[in-house]
Amino acid sequence: MNFLMMNIPLNITKTIHDWIFSIMPEMAANITEWVLIAIVYLALFAVAGLYLVLLERKVAAWFQLRLGPNRVGPWGLFQTMADALKLVSKELTSNDRIDKFLYNLAPYFVIVTSLMAMAVFPYSKQFQGFDINIGIFFLFAISSIGVIGILVAGWSSNNKFSLIGAMRSGLQTISYELSVGLSILTMVLLTGTLQLSEIVEIQRTGGWLILQGHIPAIIAFMIFMIAGTAETNRAPFDLVEAESELGAGFHTEYSGMKFAYFFLAEFINMFIIASIAVVLFFGAWLSPFGITEGITWFPEVIWFLIKVLIIIFLMMWFRWTFPRLRVDQLLTLEWKYLLPLNLVNLLIMAIVIWLNWTI
Amino acid sequence: MSYFSDIYNGIKTLLTGMSVTGGYFIRARKGSLTQQYPDNRETLKMFDRFRGEVVMPHDKNNEHYCTGCQSCEIACPNGSIEIIWDRAVDPETGKKKKKIDKHIYHLSMCTMCGLCIEACPTDAIVWAQNYENSVYDRAALTKVLNQPGSVVKAGIED
Ligand code: SF4
Ligand code: SF4
Repeated sequence: MNFLMMNIPLNITKTIHDWIFSIMPEMAANITEWVLIAIVYLALFAVAGLYLVLLERKVAAWFQLRLGPNRVGPWGLFQTMADALKLVSKELTSNDRIDKFLYNLAPYFVIVTSLMAMAVFPYSKQFQGFDINIGIFFLFAISSIGVIGILVAGWSSNNKFSLIGAMRSGLQTISYELSVGLSILTMVLLTGTLQLSEIVEIQRTGGWLILQGHIPAIIAFMIFMIAGTAETNRAPFDLVEAESELGAGFHTEYSGMKFAYFFLAEFINMFIIASIAVVLFFGAWLSPFGITEGITWFPEVIWFLIKVLIIIFLMMWFRWTFPRLRVDQLLTLEWKYLLPLNLVNLLIMAIVIWLNWTI
Repeated sequence: MSYFSDIYNGIKTLLTGMSVTGGYFIRARKGSLTQQYPDNRETLKMFDRFRGEVVMPHDKNNEHYCTGCQSCEIACPNGSIEIIWDRAVDPETGKKKKKIDKHIYHLSMCTMCGLCIEACPTDAIVWAQNYENSVYDRAALTKVLNQPGSVVKAGIED
Protein backbone atom coordinates (compact mmCIF):
# COMPACT_ATOMS: atom_id res chain seq x y z
CA MET A 1 0.00 0.00 0.00
CA ASN A 2 3.01 2.20 -0.10
CA PHE A 3 2.11 3.57 -3.48
CA LEU A 4 -0.43 5.78 -1.80
CA MET A 5 2.31 7.48 0.12
CA MET A 6 4.88 7.30 -2.63
CA ASN A 7 2.98 9.94 -4.51
CA ILE A 8 3.32 12.35 -1.64
CA PRO A 9 7.03 12.40 -0.97
CA LEU A 10 6.91 15.99 0.18
CA ASN A 11 9.31 16.46 3.02
CA ILE A 12 6.69 16.73 5.72
CA THR A 13 4.75 13.70 4.59
CA LYS A 14 7.99 11.77 4.28
CA THR A 15 8.85 12.63 7.86
CA ILE A 16 5.40 11.65 9.08
CA HIS A 17 5.58 8.49 7.00
CA ASP A 18 8.92 7.46 8.51
CA TRP A 19 7.79 8.37 11.98
CA ILE A 20 4.58 6.34 11.76
CA PHE A 21 6.45 3.33 10.43
CA SER A 22 9.06 3.60 13.18
CA ILE A 23 6.58 3.45 16.03
CA MET A 24 4.09 0.81 14.83
CA PRO A 25 4.04 -2.52 13.09
CA GLU A 26 3.68 -2.24 9.33
CA MET A 27 0.02 -3.16 9.07
CA ALA A 28 -1.08 -0.67 11.71
CA ALA A 29 1.13 1.97 10.17
CA ASN A 30 -0.46 1.47 6.79
CA ILE A 31 -3.94 1.79 8.23
CA THR A 32 -2.97 4.90 10.15
CA GLU A 33 -1.67 6.37 6.97
CA TRP A 34 -4.86 5.68 5.08
CA VAL A 35 -6.86 7.30 7.83
CA LEU A 36 -4.60 10.34 7.79
CA ILE A 37 -4.90 10.67 4.03
CA ALA A 38 -8.65 10.31 4.28
CA ILE A 39 -8.77 13.05 6.90
CA VAL A 40 -6.63 15.37 4.78
CA TYR A 41 -8.93 14.85 1.82
CA LEU A 42 -12.05 15.28 3.91
CA ALA A 43 -10.73 18.55 5.28
CA LEU A 44 -9.85 19.67 1.78
CA PHE A 45 -13.31 18.68 0.68
CA ALA A 46 -15.09 20.58 3.43
CA VAL A 47 -13.00 23.72 3.08
CA ALA A 48 -13.24 23.71 -0.71
CA GLY A 49 -16.99 23.15 -0.54
CA LEU A 50 -17.66 25.87 2.00
CA TYR A 51 -15.49 28.43 0.30
CA LEU A 52 -16.87 27.65 -3.12
CA VAL A 53 -20.34 28.35 -1.75
CA LEU A 54 -19.09 31.65 -0.40
CA LEU A 55 -17.38 32.45 -3.68
CA GLU A 56 -20.54 31.66 -5.57
CA ARG A 57 -22.54 34.02 -3.38
CA LYS A 58 -19.99 36.80 -3.66
CA VAL A 59 -19.61 36.42 -7.41
CA ALA A 60 -23.37 36.27 -7.85
CA ALA A 61 -23.71 39.47 -5.87
CA TRP A 62 -21.15 41.27 -7.98
CA PHE A 63 -22.75 40.10 -11.18
CA GLN A 64 -26.00 41.60 -9.94
CA LEU A 65 -24.48 44.79 -8.54
CA ARG A 66 -25.09 43.71 -4.97
CA LEU A 67 -22.79 43.46 -1.97
CA GLY A 68 -23.14 39.82 -1.07
CA PRO A 69 -22.45 38.32 2.37
CA ASN A 70 -20.31 40.71 4.42
CA ARG A 71 -21.50 40.41 8.00
CA VAL A 72 -19.95 37.29 9.51
CA GLY A 73 -16.23 37.74 9.85
CA PRO A 74 -14.07 40.06 7.74
CA TRP A 75 -15.72 40.49 4.33
CA GLY A 76 -18.15 37.77 5.30
CA LEU A 77 -15.48 35.09 5.21
CA PHE A 78 -17.12 32.99 7.93
CA GLN A 79 -20.62 33.24 6.52
CA THR A 80 -20.74 29.75 5.07
CA MET A 81 -19.27 28.24 8.22
CA ALA A 82 -22.06 29.86 10.18
CA ASP A 83 -24.52 28.43 7.66
CA ALA A 84 -23.01 24.99 8.04
CA LEU A 85 -23.26 25.24 11.84
CA LYS A 86 -26.88 26.22 11.52
CA LEU A 87 -27.56 23.27 9.23
CA VAL A 88 -25.86 20.87 11.63
CA SER A 89 -28.06 22.08 14.45
CA LYS A 90 -31.26 21.53 12.50
CA GLU A 91 -33.57 18.62 12.96
CA LEU A 92 -33.46 15.90 10.35
CA THR A 93 -37.07 15.57 9.32
CA SER A 94 -38.52 13.21 6.77
CA ASN A 95 -41.72 12.38 5.01
CA ASP A 96 -44.31 9.83 5.89
CA ARG A 97 -43.82 6.35 4.40
CA ILE A 98 -40.46 6.99 2.80
CA ASP A 99 -38.06 4.22 1.93
CA LYS A 100 -35.96 4.85 5.03
CA PHE A 101 -32.84 2.98 4.01
CA LEU A 102 -32.51 4.50 0.56
CA TYR A 103 -33.57 7.90 1.82
CA ASN A 104 -30.71 7.99 4.28
CA LEU A 105 -28.27 6.43 1.86
CA ALA A 106 -28.75 8.91 -1.00
CA PRO A 107 -26.82 11.91 0.41
CA TYR A 108 -23.80 9.72 1.13
CA PHE A 109 -23.95 8.29 -2.36
CA VAL A 110 -23.67 11.75 -3.80
CA ILE A 111 -20.97 12.95 -1.48
CA VAL A 112 -18.80 9.82 -1.48
CA THR A 113 -18.65 9.70 -5.27
CA SER A 114 -17.41 13.25 -5.52
CA LEU A 115 -14.93 12.61 -2.73
CA MET A 116 -13.60 9.58 -4.57
CA ALA A 117 -13.20 11.57 -7.75
CA MET A 118 -11.13 14.15 -5.90
CA ALA A 119 -8.57 11.52 -4.95
CA VAL A 120 -7.16 10.98 -8.43
CA PHE A 121 -6.31 14.53 -9.44
CA PRO A 122 -2.65 15.51 -9.61
CA TYR A 123 -2.80 18.73 -7.60
CA SER A 124 0.95 18.99 -7.88
CA LYS A 125 3.78 16.67 -8.79
CA GLN A 126 3.78 15.11 -5.34
CA PHE A 127 0.27 15.74 -4.17
CA GLN A 128 -1.89 13.06 -5.72
CA GLY A 129 -3.83 10.62 -3.59
CA PHE A 130 -4.24 7.80 -6.04
CA ASP A 131 -2.32 7.63 -9.30
CA ILE A 132 -3.87 4.78 -11.25
CA ASN A 133 -3.09 4.14 -14.89
CA ILE A 134 -6.78 4.37 -15.80
CA GLY A 135 -7.37 7.73 -14.10
CA ILE A 136 -9.63 9.17 -16.79
CA PHE A 137 -11.63 5.98 -16.98
CA PHE A 138 -11.99 6.00 -13.21
CA LEU A 139 -13.35 9.55 -13.34
CA PHE A 140 -15.89 8.51 -15.96
CA ALA A 141 -17.05 5.61 -13.88
CA ILE A 142 -17.27 7.64 -10.68
CA SER A 143 -19.02 10.64 -12.15
CA SER A 144 -21.89 8.51 -13.40
CA ILE A 145 -22.60 7.17 -9.92
CA GLY A 146 -23.57 10.58 -8.58
CA VAL A 147 -26.74 10.55 -10.62
CA ILE A 148 -27.80 7.34 -8.93
CA GLY A 149 -27.67 9.19 -5.63
CA ILE A 150 -30.01 11.82 -7.04
CA LEU A 151 -32.37 9.23 -8.49
CA VAL A 152 -32.45 7.32 -5.22
CA ALA A 153 -33.09 10.53 -3.28
CA GLY A 154 -35.98 11.48 -5.51
CA TRP A 155 -37.50 8.04 -5.58
CA SER A 156 -37.30 7.31 -1.89
CA SER A 157 -38.74 10.67 -0.82
CA ASN A 158 -42.37 9.68 -1.42
CA ASN A 159 -43.00 12.98 -3.13
CA LYS A 160 -43.96 13.32 -6.76
CA PHE A 161 -42.06 16.56 -7.28
CA SER A 162 -38.88 14.99 -5.99
CA LEU A 163 -39.44 12.05 -8.30
CA ILE A 164 -39.94 14.33 -11.30
CA GLY A 165 -36.83 16.27 -10.35
CA ALA A 166 -34.83 13.06 -10.09
CA MET A 167 -36.12 11.83 -13.43
CA ARG A 168 -35.14 15.07 -15.07
CA SER A 169 -31.73 14.72 -13.53
CA GLY A 170 -31.37 11.24 -14.95
CA LEU A 171 -32.41 12.43 -18.36
CA GLN A 172 -30.02 15.34 -18.27
CA THR A 173 -27.00 13.67 -16.75
CA ILE A 174 -27.18 10.60 -18.93
CA SER A 175 -27.52 12.72 -22.08
CA TYR A 176 -24.67 15.02 -21.24
CA GLU A 177 -22.46 12.21 -20.03
CA LEU A 178 -22.01 11.38 -23.72
CA SER A 179 -20.68 14.80 -24.57
CA VAL A 180 -18.40 14.92 -21.56
CA GLY A 181 -17.09 11.49 -22.46
CA LEU A 182 -16.53 12.20 -26.10
CA SER A 183 -14.79 15.51 -25.49
CA ILE A 184 -12.49 13.83 -22.96
CA LEU A 185 -11.93 11.05 -25.47
CA THR A 186 -10.75 13.61 -27.98
CA MET A 187 -8.05 14.64 -25.58
CA VAL A 188 -7.18 11.04 -24.73
CA LEU A 189 -6.68 10.50 -28.43
CA LEU A 190 -4.17 13.31 -28.42
CA THR A 191 -2.23 12.15 -25.38
CA GLY A 192 -2.57 8.42 -25.86
CA THR A 193 -2.80 7.71 -22.15
CA LEU A 194 -5.43 7.44 -19.45
CA GLN A 195 -3.09 8.14 -16.55
CA LEU A 196 -3.56 11.65 -15.23
CA SER A 197 0.03 12.18 -14.09
CA GLU A 198 1.27 11.06 -17.49
CA ILE A 199 -1.07 13.47 -19.24
CA VAL A 200 0.54 16.22 -17.21
CA GLU A 201 4.03 14.97 -18.10
CA ILE A 202 3.18 15.12 -21.81
CA GLN A 203 2.21 18.75 -21.36
CA ARG A 204 5.47 19.58 -19.64
CA THR A 205 7.47 18.98 -22.78
CA GLY A 206 5.00 19.84 -25.52
CA GLY A 207 3.02 22.72 -24.06
CA TRP A 208 -0.53 22.67 -22.72
CA LEU A 209 -2.82 20.37 -24.56
CA ILE A 210 -5.15 23.16 -25.64
CA LEU A 211 -2.19 24.52 -27.63
CA GLN A 212 -0.93 21.15 -28.79
CA GLY A 213 -4.31 20.17 -30.17
CA HIS A 214 -5.23 23.73 -31.28
CA ILE A 215 -8.58 23.81 -33.17
CA PRO A 216 -10.04 20.42 -32.21
CA ALA A 217 -8.79 20.91 -28.65
CA ILE A 218 -10.48 24.27 -28.39
CA ILE A 219 -13.73 22.84 -29.71
CA ALA A 220 -13.40 19.95 -27.28
CA PHE A 221 -12.83 22.41 -24.45
CA MET A 222 -15.93 24.39 -25.34
CA ILE A 223 -18.04 21.26 -25.53
CA PHE A 224 -16.56 20.00 -22.29
CA MET A 225 -17.42 23.25 -20.52
CA ILE A 226 -21.02 23.17 -21.70
CA ALA A 227 -21.55 19.50 -20.97
CA GLY A 228 -19.64 19.71 -17.72
CA THR A 229 -21.84 22.54 -16.50
CA ALA A 230 -24.84 20.40 -17.36
CA GLU A 231 -23.33 17.42 -15.55
CA THR A 232 -23.06 19.37 -12.33
CA ASN A 233 -26.73 20.34 -12.59
CA ARG A 234 -25.89 24.00 -12.47
CA ALA A 235 -27.79 26.80 -14.14
CA PRO A 236 -28.50 27.21 -17.01
CA PHE A 237 -28.97 23.46 -16.86
CA ASP A 238 -30.54 23.22 -13.40
CA LEU A 239 -33.69 21.46 -14.51
CA VAL A 240 -33.20 19.13 -11.59
CA GLU A 241 -33.89 21.80 -9.06
CA ALA A 242 -35.95 24.25 -11.11
CA GLU A 243 -37.22 26.27 -8.17
CA SER A 244 -40.20 27.66 -9.98
CA GLU A 245 -41.64 24.35 -11.17
CA LEU A 246 -40.45 21.80 -8.67
CA GLY A 247 -39.57 23.73 -5.56
CA ALA A 248 -35.93 22.58 -5.61
CA GLY A 249 -36.59 19.16 -7.05
CA PHE A 250 -35.06 15.96 -5.79
CA HIS A 251 -33.92 17.23 -2.40
CA THR A 252 -37.17 18.92 -1.38
CA GLU A 253 -37.74 16.48 1.45
CA TYR A 254 -34.26 16.65 2.90
CA SER A 255 -33.48 18.90 5.82
CA GLY A 256 -30.48 20.01 7.81
CA MET A 257 -27.20 18.31 7.13
CA LYS A 258 -28.60 15.83 4.62
CA PHE A 259 -29.66 18.69 2.45
CA ALA A 260 -26.28 20.30 2.95
CA TYR A 261 -24.60 17.17 1.59
CA PHE A 262 -26.41 17.55 -1.70
CA PHE A 263 -25.63 21.21 -1.72
CA LEU A 264 -21.94 20.72 -0.97
CA ALA A 265 -21.68 17.90 -3.49
CA GLU A 266 -22.91 20.24 -6.21
CA PHE A 267 -20.08 22.63 -5.48
CA ILE A 268 -17.50 19.87 -5.19
CA ASN A 269 -18.69 18.54 -8.53
CA MET A 270 -18.06 21.95 -9.98
CA PHE A 271 -14.54 21.76 -8.57
CA ILE A 272 -14.12 18.31 -10.12
CA ILE A 273 -15.28 19.39 -13.55
CA ALA A 274 -12.94 22.37 -13.38
CA SER A 275 -10.11 20.08 -12.28
CA ILE A 276 -10.68 17.72 -15.20
CA ALA A 277 -10.63 20.68 -17.54
CA VAL A 278 -7.42 21.96 -15.98
CA VAL A 279 -5.69 18.60 -16.21
CA LEU A 280 -6.82 17.87 -19.73
CA PHE A 281 -6.45 21.27 -21.34
CA PHE A 282 -4.34 23.58 -19.21
CA GLY A 283 -1.48 21.52 -17.91
CA ALA A 284 -2.68 20.95 -14.34
CA TRP A 285 0.04 22.24 -11.97
CA LEU A 286 2.43 23.32 -14.72
CA SER A 287 3.20 27.01 -14.63
CA PRO A 288 2.59 29.08 -17.76
CA PHE A 289 5.82 29.20 -19.86
CA GLY A 290 7.53 27.28 -17.07
CA ILE A 291 8.17 30.43 -15.05
CA THR A 292 8.42 28.61 -11.74
CA GLU A 293 9.96 25.48 -13.19
CA GLY A 294 13.35 25.98 -11.57
CA ILE A 295 12.13 27.10 -8.14
CA THR A 296 12.07 23.96 -6.07
CA TRP A 297 10.26 25.31 -3.03
CA PHE A 298 7.43 26.88 -5.01
CA PRO A 299 4.15 25.08 -4.27
CA GLU A 300 2.95 24.03 -7.70
CA VAL A 301 -0.50 23.40 -6.30
CA ILE A 302 -1.02 27.17 -6.48
CA TRP A 303 -1.01 27.05 -10.26
CA PHE A 304 -3.52 24.25 -10.16
CA LEU A 305 -5.80 26.23 -7.87
CA ILE A 306 -5.51 29.42 -9.91
CA LYS A 307 -6.51 27.61 -13.08
CA VAL A 308 -9.35 25.81 -11.34
CA LEU A 309 -10.63 29.07 -9.91
CA ILE A 310 -10.59 30.72 -13.33
CA ILE A 311 -12.67 27.90 -14.77
CA ILE A 312 -15.03 27.91 -11.82
CA PHE A 313 -15.42 31.63 -12.30
CA LEU A 314 -16.34 30.97 -15.91
CA MET A 315 -19.01 28.51 -14.80
CA MET A 316 -20.37 31.03 -12.32
CA TRP A 317 -20.40 33.60 -15.06
CA PHE A 318 -22.56 31.23 -17.13
CA ARG A 319 -24.86 30.67 -14.22
CA TRP A 320 -25.56 34.31 -13.48
CA THR A 321 -25.94 35.27 -17.13
CA PHE A 322 -27.97 32.67 -18.93
CA PRO A 323 -31.60 31.80 -18.34
CA ARG A 324 -32.56 28.22 -17.61
CA LEU A 325 -33.16 25.92 -20.57
CA ARG A 326 -36.47 24.20 -21.12
CA VAL A 327 -36.36 20.45 -21.18
CA ASP A 328 -36.76 20.16 -24.95
CA GLN A 329 -34.13 22.84 -25.55
CA LEU A 330 -31.81 20.93 -23.28
CA LEU A 331 -32.21 17.76 -25.26
CA THR A 332 -31.98 19.58 -28.58
CA LEU A 333 -28.73 21.16 -27.52
CA GLU A 334 -27.25 17.83 -26.57
CA TRP A 335 -28.51 15.50 -29.26
CA LYS A 336 -28.68 17.85 -32.22
CA TYR A 337 -25.70 20.10 -31.62
CA LEU A 338 -23.15 18.90 -29.10
CA LEU A 339 -23.11 15.23 -29.98
CA PRO A 340 -22.71 15.56 -33.79
CA LEU A 341 -20.16 18.34 -33.35
CA ASN A 342 -18.32 16.17 -30.90
CA LEU A 343 -18.18 13.20 -33.22
CA VAL A 344 -16.93 15.36 -36.08
CA ASN A 345 -14.43 16.92 -33.73
CA LEU A 346 -13.15 13.51 -32.74
CA LEU A 347 -12.59 12.74 -36.40
CA ILE A 348 -10.77 16.04 -36.93
CA MET A 349 -8.56 15.29 -33.96
CA ALA A 350 -7.75 11.88 -35.39
CA ILE A 351 -6.79 13.45 -38.72
CA VAL A 352 -4.71 16.11 -36.99
CA ILE A 353 -2.77 13.47 -35.12
CA TRP A 354 -2.45 11.24 -38.15
CA LEU A 355 -0.96 14.03 -40.24
CA ASN A 356 1.13 15.24 -37.32
CA TRP A 357 -0.36 18.71 -37.30
CA THR A 358 -0.06 18.99 -33.56
CA ILE A 359 2.20 21.71 -32.30
CA MET B 1 -27.60 25.72 -43.52
CA SER B 2 -29.60 27.30 -40.76
CA TYR B 3 -28.01 24.68 -38.50
CA PHE B 4 -24.66 26.44 -38.56
CA SER B 5 -26.06 29.95 -38.46
CA ASP B 6 -28.04 28.84 -35.39
CA ILE B 7 -24.83 27.82 -33.70
CA TYR B 8 -23.18 31.09 -34.70
CA ASN B 9 -26.10 33.19 -33.49
CA GLY B 10 -26.37 31.20 -30.32
CA ILE B 11 -22.76 31.74 -29.41
CA LYS B 12 -22.95 35.39 -30.38
CA THR B 13 -25.97 36.14 -28.21
CA LEU B 14 -24.50 34.22 -25.30
CA LEU B 15 -21.30 36.25 -25.55
CA THR B 16 -23.36 39.45 -25.64
CA GLY B 17 -25.08 38.40 -22.43
CA MET B 18 -21.79 37.54 -20.82
CA SER B 19 -20.29 40.89 -21.74
CA VAL B 20 -23.21 42.66 -20.05
CA THR B 21 -22.87 40.74 -16.80
CA GLY B 22 -19.11 40.93 -17.05
CA GLY B 23 -19.40 44.71 -17.14
CA TYR B 24 -21.55 44.59 -14.02
CA PHE B 25 -19.00 42.39 -12.32
CA ILE B 26 -16.23 44.90 -12.94
CA ARG B 27 -18.33 47.85 -11.85
CA ALA B 28 -19.84 46.13 -8.80
CA ARG B 29 -17.21 47.38 -6.39
CA LYS B 30 -17.84 51.01 -7.28
CA GLY B 31 -21.48 51.13 -6.40
CA SER B 32 -23.94 48.44 -5.57
CA LEU B 33 -27.67 48.76 -5.79
CA THR B 34 -28.30 47.30 -2.35
CA GLN B 35 -27.82 49.20 0.89
CA GLN B 36 -26.31 48.24 4.23
CA TYR B 37 -29.66 48.30 5.94
CA PRO B 38 -29.47 48.38 9.72
CA ASP B 39 -26.28 50.45 9.62
CA ASN B 40 -27.71 53.24 7.55
CA ARG B 41 -30.98 53.79 9.37
CA GLU B 42 -30.25 57.51 9.72
CA THR B 43 -29.27 58.17 6.14
CA LEU B 44 -31.52 55.64 4.47
CA LYS B 45 -33.61 57.19 1.74
CA MET B 46 -36.57 55.23 0.50
CA PHE B 47 -37.81 55.44 -3.04
CA ASP B 48 -40.98 57.39 -3.67
CA ARG B 49 -42.69 54.39 -5.18
CA PHE B 50 -41.94 52.19 -2.20
CA ARG B 51 -45.08 50.69 -0.68
CA GLY B 52 -44.69 50.35 3.06
CA GLU B 53 -48.14 50.56 4.54
CA VAL B 54 -51.42 52.37 3.97
CA VAL B 55 -51.90 55.51 6.02
CA MET B 56 -54.44 58.29 6.15
CA PRO B 57 -52.90 61.76 6.26
CA HIS B 58 -54.45 64.33 8.53
CA ASP B 59 -53.99 68.07 8.24
CA LYS B 60 -53.17 70.39 11.12
CA ASN B 61 -56.80 70.76 12.18
CA ASN B 62 -56.97 67.01 12.64
CA GLU B 63 -59.09 66.65 9.55
CA HIS B 64 -58.90 63.83 7.01
CA TYR B 65 -60.46 63.34 3.62
CA CYS B 66 -62.28 60.09 4.19
CA THR B 67 -66.00 60.22 3.59
CA GLY B 68 -66.65 56.65 4.63
CA CYS B 69 -67.76 55.63 1.14
CA GLN B 70 -66.28 52.14 1.66
CA SER B 71 -64.86 51.90 -1.86
CA CYS B 72 -61.54 50.81 -0.40
CA GLU B 73 -63.16 48.11 1.69
CA ILE B 74 -64.86 46.71 -1.40
CA ALA B 75 -61.74 47.02 -3.52
CA CYS B 76 -59.48 45.15 -1.15
CA PRO B 77 -59.06 41.56 -2.31
CA ASN B 78 -57.96 40.34 1.11
CA GLY B 79 -60.47 42.09 3.30
CA SER B 80 -57.67 43.98 4.99
CA ILE B 81 -59.79 47.08 5.41
CA GLU B 82 -62.84 47.36 7.62
CA ILE B 83 -64.81 50.56 7.86
CA ILE B 84 -66.96 51.11 10.88
CA TRP B 85 -69.23 53.98 10.09
CA ASP B 86 -71.98 55.93 11.66
CA ARG B 87 -74.49 58.62 10.78
CA ALA B 88 -74.15 62.01 12.42
CA VAL B 89 -76.05 65.24 12.05
CA ASP B 90 -74.26 67.79 9.96
CA PRO B 91 -74.28 71.04 11.95
CA GLU B 92 -74.60 73.23 8.82
CA THR B 93 -77.41 71.54 6.93
CA GLY B 94 -79.00 69.70 9.79
CA LYS B 95 -79.12 66.53 7.72
CA LYS B 96 -77.87 63.16 8.80
CA LYS B 97 -74.63 62.19 7.06
CA LYS B 98 -72.42 59.13 6.85
CA LYS B 99 -69.03 59.42 8.55
CA ILE B 100 -66.37 56.98 9.61
CA ASP B 101 -66.07 55.91 13.17
CA LYS B 102 -63.04 53.69 12.67
CA HIS B 103 -61.06 52.99 9.49
CA ILE B 104 -59.43 49.69 10.41
CA TYR B 105 -56.47 48.44 8.41
CA HIS B 106 -54.99 44.98 8.94
CA LEU B 107 -51.39 45.39 7.89
CA SER B 108 -50.73 41.70 8.51
CA MET B 109 -53.13 40.72 5.74
CA CYS B 110 -52.21 43.44 3.27
CA THR B 111 -50.34 42.44 0.11
CA MET B 112 -49.48 46.03 -0.79
CA CYS B 113 -51.43 45.75 -4.02
CA GLY B 114 -52.57 49.34 -3.87
CA LEU B 115 -56.13 48.67 -5.05
CA CYS B 116 -57.61 50.52 -2.09
CA ILE B 117 -55.60 53.61 -2.86
CA GLU B 118 -56.62 53.42 -6.51
CA ALA B 119 -60.25 53.05 -5.49
CA CYS B 120 -60.43 55.95 -3.08
CA PRO B 121 -62.32 58.82 -4.75
CA THR B 122 -60.97 61.50 -2.42
CA ASP B 123 -57.35 60.37 -2.06
CA ALA B 124 -57.86 59.98 1.63
CA ILE B 125 -55.36 57.13 1.94
CA VAL B 126 -51.80 57.05 0.61
CA TRP B 127 -48.66 54.96 0.83
CA ALA B 128 -46.25 55.51 3.69
CA GLN B 129 -42.61 54.48 3.65
CA ASN B 130 -42.42 52.63 6.92
CA TYR B 131 -41.07 49.10 6.56
CA GLU B 132 -39.98 48.01 10.02
CA ASN B 133 -43.09 46.12 10.85
CA SER B 134 -41.86 43.29 13.03
CA VAL B 135 -43.78 43.10 16.30
CA TYR B 136 -44.22 40.49 18.98
CA ASP B 137 -48.01 40.47 18.89
CA ARG B 138 -49.80 40.45 15.61
CA ALA B 139 -52.64 42.49 17.07
CA ALA B 140 -50.22 45.40 16.86
CA LEU B 141 -50.49 45.19 13.09
CA THR B 142 -54.19 46.01 13.15
CA LYS B 143 -54.26 49.74 12.88
CA VAL B 144 -56.93 52.40 13.10
CA LEU B 145 -56.07 54.88 10.40
CA ASN B 146 -58.13 57.84 11.49
CA GLN B 147 -56.75 59.64 14.50
CA PRO B 148 -58.88 60.00 17.61
CA GLY B 149 -61.20 62.98 17.43
CA SER B 150 -60.55 63.63 13.77
CA VAL B 151 -63.32 64.74 11.46
CA VAL B 152 -63.80 64.78 7.76
CA LYS B 153 -62.68 67.99 6.13
CA ALA B 154 -65.61 70.14 5.16
CA GLY B 155 -66.51 70.29 1.49
CA ILE B 156 -64.78 67.09 0.58
CA GLU B 157 -67.99 65.32 -0.25
CA ASP B 158 -69.79 65.88 -3.53
S1 SF4 C 1 -53.09 47.53 -0.53
FE1 SF4 C 1 -54.40 45.93 -1.37
S2 SF4 C 1 -54.38 44.34 0.19
FE2 SF4 C 1 -53.63 46.19 1.18
S3 SF4 C 1 -55.42 47.10 2.09
FE3 SF4 C 1 -55.19 48.03 0.07
S4 SF4 C 1 -56.46 46.80 -1.28
FE4 SF4 C 1 -56.17 45.63 0.61
S1 SF4 D 1 -60.51 55.82 2.51
FE1 SF4 D 1 -61.32 56.58 0.57
S2 SF4 D 1 -62.33 54.80 -0.32
FE2 SF4 D 1 -62.00 54.30 1.82
S3 SF4 D 1 -63.89 54.87 2.81
FE3 SF4 D 1 -62.53 56.64 2.97
S4 SF4 D 1 -63.02 57.87 1.20
FE4 SF4 D 1 -63.92 55.88 0.83
